[in-house]
Amino acid sequence: MQVPARFEYERASSVPHALALLERYGPESRVIAGGHSLIPMMKLRLARPDVLIDINGLEELSFLGVEDDVLVIGALVRHAQFLADPAVGRYFPIFHDAERVIADPVVRNRGTVGGSLCQADPSEDLSAAFAAVRATAVIQGPGGVREVPIRRFHRGPYETAVEPGELLVRLRVPIRPGAASAYEKVERRAGDWPVAAAGAQLRLDGGVIAEAGIGLTAVGAEHFAAPEAEEYLAGKAPGAEAFAEAGRIAAANCAPRADQRGPAAYKRHLAGELVRRALTRAAGRAAEGTAQGAGDRTGDRRGEG
Amino acid sequence: MQITVTVNGQPYTGDVEPRLLLVHFLRDGLGLTGTHWGCDTSNCGACVVHVDGTPVKSCTALAVMCDGHEVTTVEGLERDGDLDAVQKGFAECHGLQCGFCTPGMMLTARWLLDRDPDPDEARIREAVSGQLCRCTGYENIVRAVRWAARHEAARAGAGTEARAGTGDGAAGGTREGTGP
Ligand SMILES: Cc1cc2nc3c(=O)[nH]c(=O)nc-3n(C[C@H](O)[C@H](O)[C@H](O)COP(=O)(O)OP(=O)(O)OC[C@H]3O[C@@H](n4cnc5c(N)ncnc54)[C@H](O)[C@@H]3O)c2cc1C
Ligand code: FES
Ligand code: FES
Repeated sequence: MQVPARFEYERASSVPHALALLERYGPESRVIAGGHSLIPMMKLRLARPDVLIDINGLEELSFLGVEDDVLVIGALVRHAQFLADPAVGRYFPIFHDAERVIADPVVRNRGTVGGSLCQADPSEDLSAAFAAVRATAVIQGPGGVREVPIRRFHRGPYETAVEPGELLVRLRVPIRPGAASAYEKVERRAGDWPVAAAGAQLRLDGGVIAEAGIGLTAVGAEHFAAPEAEEYLAGKAPGAEAFAEAGRIAAANCAPRADQRGPAAYKRHLAGELVRRALTRAAGRAAEGTAQGAGDRTGDRRGEG
Repeated sequence: MQITVTVNGQPYTGDVEPRLLLVHFLRDGLGLTGTHWGCDTSNCGACVVHVDGTPVKSCTALAVMCDGHEVTTVEGLERDGDLDAVQKGFAECHGLQCGFCTPGMMLTARWLLDRDPDPDEARIREAVSGQLCRCTGYENIVRAVRWAARHEAARAGAGTEARAGTGDGAAGGTREGTGP
């Protein structure tokens, strides 16, 4: 029977209250959101916080919507809510693709977007998806609010830019007219963590790629991104050859490690192939007109499109 | 720490350690052993209960986090001595063998039917994809949920009955679709 070590429990009633509790209890206190990463770690005694600060009551962190051409995602938005939201599906099918294959529906009822990013597991799916769309993390602390580009948010395995005493409060993702996106993952069985996964966003302008965003997870890509492949694509015409080359570049620049999910060479192969597939699917969506700002089409609800 | 949790419509107030998991609060504290405790690692779904109407793996939730909330366990599915349609479906369609996964399966099925009264096979399989059955197999579990959907539609009126019928066809003809 796995039981966490003893701890004290406090329930925050607002963001300032949560920050005051973090300040009062210091570095041995820990925020709990969905608890679906933290509770398992506490049960295995890999984490032993003295105090848990429950932020589940903070409705101000559950906001999800579009404000001035920016998709705003509160840190406490559950995976299930993120997956079901029509605006998210319309503007960022990449999140829809990713959420459909993160854990299972019951876990998705509980786990949060903010918790996933703060957990900073090297195989976290959303880290790659947010890297691909170049999101901004909004962090609040005793000194106020600051913004950190997502590609500077993750500092290493299980390490983020959120300092002790601070909270991740929301994510902001700019909606870029004409951009389309997709996410591709290979897992050993339904609901499992990725063996490897890639996300891509393409913005086309006059028949060429104006900007590409590529995210990678579980393959040791720094900051969950593939900047060399993105640079290669800029200014190129979208197409099979360019996408395959971008995949090769991304694969050459990541650093997968062998583990129970597979040998390094296989993961490197997957990195390249999944980048190619994600780019191809994103380009297909751009052509179909399911790109951002392309009218009221809600896109494919279940991803068959 | 003192908490009040409404379980199956009845408020319970008690003193618990913050580290007490919801599954143990229900089983050991309240004697509600219908909630099963399996993998202990949020993978098998034997421990699924509803918290405020939503299925949650109770081995990965703290009892203190449910203070002021409503929990429904398998014991709460039955109403006034009448089994829920999902429970009847599992009995009718041989949806269980050893019964270990069954409470969790039924609670997730109930939630699915509350949101989608006419789910096709793919929807049902996706809904329970975080729950493992190691002996019955999923075929009969899917049939049991379809049975419940059909019977609830029939009870709701003739119009919806017809819809339940076409639903089966659209799902690629789950065989029991032509049944009662
Ligand atoms: C069975 C299972 C399968 C899974 N499969 C996948 C998968 O396939 N892909 C995938 O990507 N993930 C998977 N996950 C992980 C899951 O998506 C997330 O890691 C989990 O939901 C974390 O979110 P949470 O809200 O539960 O975080 P918690 O466990 O509550 O917190 C995680 C960490 O983040 C910190 N934290 C949380 N919120 C904040 C905040 N607002 N500000 C600052 N710090 C914060 C906590 O202190 C803690 O250190 C799986 C999890 C389970 C249990
Ligand atoms: S015991 Fe909770 S998921 Fe297995
Ligand atoms: S009935 Fe035995 S595990 Fe499902």
